[in-house]
Amino acid sequence: MNIAHHEMSFWRRYIFSTDHKVIGFQYLITGLIMAAIGGYLAYVFRYNLAFPAESIPLFGSLGPKEYNAFITSHGAIMIFWVAMPLLLAALGNLLIPTMIGTDDMAFPTLNMLSYWFFFLSAIVLLLSFFVPSGPFDGGWTLYPPLSADAYINTEPDIWKSFMTGGTLIILALALEFVSMLMGGINFLVTTINKRAKGMTLLKMPIVVWFINFAVIDFMFSVGPIIAGAFMLLLDRVAGTGFFDAYRGGDPVLFQHMFWFFGHPEVYVLLFPSLGVIAEVISTFSRKALFGYKFIIKASLIAIVLSVVVWAHHQFIAGIDPRMATFFSIGTILISIPFAGIMLSYIATLWGGNIQLKVPMMWALGFIAIFLVGGLTGLYLGSDTFDIYVHDTSFVVAHFHYTLFPITFFGFFAAFYYWFPKFTGRMYNTVLAKIHFWFTFIFFQGFAFPIFFLGLDGQHRRINDYSAFDSLMSSWHISFRQFATISAIILILSQFIFLFNLLKSLRSGKKSEENPWKANTLEWQTTSPPPHGNFVKYPQVYRDPYDYGNPDMKEDYLPQNKVI
Amino acid sequence: MNRTITVRPGLRDIPQGRLGMWLLIAGELVIFGAAVVSYLLMRIRYPEWGEQAQYTSTALGALNTFVLLTSSFFVVKAHKASLAKDSKNVVRFLSLTLLCGLIFLIVKGIEYSTEISHGFTLRSPGLVDSGQGVASLFWMYYYLMTGLHGLHVLAGMIAIFVVMLQVRKGKYFHRVELAGMYWHMVDLIWIFLFPLLYILK
Repeated sequence: MNIAHHEMSFWRRYIFSTDHKVIGFQYLITGLIMAAIGGYLAYVFRYNLAFPAESIPLFGSLGPKEYNAFITSHGAIMIFWVAMPLLLAALGNLLIPTMIGTDDMAFPTLNMLSYWFFFLSAIVLLLSFFVPSGPFDGGWTLYPPLSADAYINTEPDIWKSFMTGGTLIILALALEFVSMLMGGINFLVTTINKRAKGMTLLKMPIVVWFINFAVIDFMFSVGPIIAGAFMLLLDRVAGTGFFDAYRGGDPVLFQHMFWFFGHPEVYVLLFPSLGVIAEVISTFSRKALFGYKFIIKASLIAIVLSVVVWAHHQFIAGIDPRMATFFSIGTILISIPFAGIMLSYIATLWGGNIQLKVPMMWALGFIAIFLVGGLTGLYLGSDTFDIYVHDTSFVVAHFHYTLFPITFFGFFAAFYYWFPKFTGRMYNTVLAKIHFWFTFIFFQGFAFPIFFLGLDGQHRRINDYSAFDSLMSSWHISFRQFATISAIILILSQFIFLFNLLKSLRSGKKSEENPWKANTLEWQTTSPPPHGNFVKYPQVYRDPYDYGNPDMKEDYLPQNKVI
Repeated sequence: MNRTITVRPGLRDIPQGRLGMWLLIAGELVIFGAAVVSYLLMRIRYPEWGEQAQYTSTALGALNTFVLLTSSFFVVKAHKASLAKDSKNVVRFLSLTLLCGLIFLIVKGIEYSTEISHGFTLRSPGLVDSGQGVASLFWMYYYLMTGLHGLHVLAGMIAIFVVMLQVRKGKYFHRVELAGMYWHMVDLIWIFLFPLLYILK
């Protein structure tokens, strides 16, 4: 087959492309732009928390309504428009076809469509910043009644209730779910159907397993929130009362629908990230991944358990205490498979020939930070403790100790690991290491003090604590300021990454085919891979982690190498 | 950059389209599952919904069930014809399927207009004003579930129409099966909705 893709127009090739690598980059760029927006919002409201009533540089003054709108948008953007595209869509698109040794996705046109739905969803969300009511300000979890009250009972004006922040964010979420469903179906079919010859399921790299696990978890949990979003939309624009207690509706029902999806969503994001860490740790320990099959079995158990933990977000929503106990047990149980996976990673490091290259630093940083997040999760999973700290900054700190390493440490590990492969250029290692240390240290500086503030009763959705004397002692104020200054440095240090990225793209050193001496298939083609990925499609002979084989001269043995 | 690809990556045994369609159906069923489970929970909480359900027309619902089941029969016939690459019969049976879909929507429209004329709407202001807010919730769920299902009937009809045009030109016979799978799912969901909303009084 003759591929003459240079004949394609610019539009077909870079904008409405059906090539999985281009689509992967589109997701990546969109995700990074959204991350910049989300980071800017975080800067504005963190500044306001530390220095209330002061004018914020690069913004101005922030009122309570905008404060609420900004925390809402920050949460929604970072989870649905940053973590989802970066971890699931971009990594899935770039890695699945190259790692299983095939030319493209199973349904390339569907793949393109899924990106453009995602793009549309981002536009709809950003549009909410420009409607008269401003962006939605009722928290990223969209709880009714705050999210259901757009309709004015007298004269229905559908257009008016349509162009509000709340309606737009619900629409944007629905579009995003549709996009990710299309992409997810594509990932699953590609993995099941298009693996290279000889690549049995148990010879797939862990990251391919994990992206597909994420998709499965997503597909089987997203239904309720789609139905819930539809009902919420009707409540807002058609005046129904699905969540209106006066007409027999039930606001807590929406919480169930949201968290039935919302909690598995955490694992949807965690799985791709854990997969990346597995690849990186095995490669740079020059050692086979410890317990490959155990990791897969543990993940399957985690997927099953992930749908019986959701109500631990609702311990104070008036649910039955017996039900709370059930969900407490589920929540604490699910930490067992993930603890097992983390221990497998640490066992992989044990006795390995560790090379502290840049991706490895991010992987180790991931483990260090995520363990704190996981351990505080055990506290919060217990209903007795959660009732005490619910809706305080303790939860915020826990959340950032889990989601920040998942989203950013996982992503940066992947970025620095596969950048030479997909761009064909090497980045500046010194800048990358500075970027790592700044991110690692100032993340701790930002999130760790918040644990103490939360334990001392600092409620999370208040823009100015000066009305609460018990939260205004000198250590409270200085902890808040310390956290904010750390957060600002954390955000600023991402410019190192941006600079490194742009500079490396322009004038980085040309990269070899296999700079890390890794085994998986994507390293066995040129950097960057050609259109169609492989000149000759590989035949797979062995599992992906055959490092340090004593019979071989070199310490690695690619999956497709004929001995 | 011209490259000659010598070996195509091997496809496994499962046809891609069928696999993708099964996954799509799985995803759709979770969405409807959520609506049905919420409805059931509410139904258990509010036994008075039985009174409202008496206003739904079991006869027309049964007629629609019959129409949808018949349409599924035609889709199976169309699939059988597509295996023999008999485009004439495929088009014939798919048109009959479309006709059944259309009858379903028309009957549904008649039901809706009767119900609306009795004051049972998305908001049912009459019920709310007379203090029967809980009763109005039944109608919200009724319109939510049948409306969502109706949209799927419409989507299925569009898919079948597109496939029919393609088959008429002698192309893409395997897509008849995919459209048929989707149509069966639409049918299956109705089989659940009919007893829940019409028979259970």
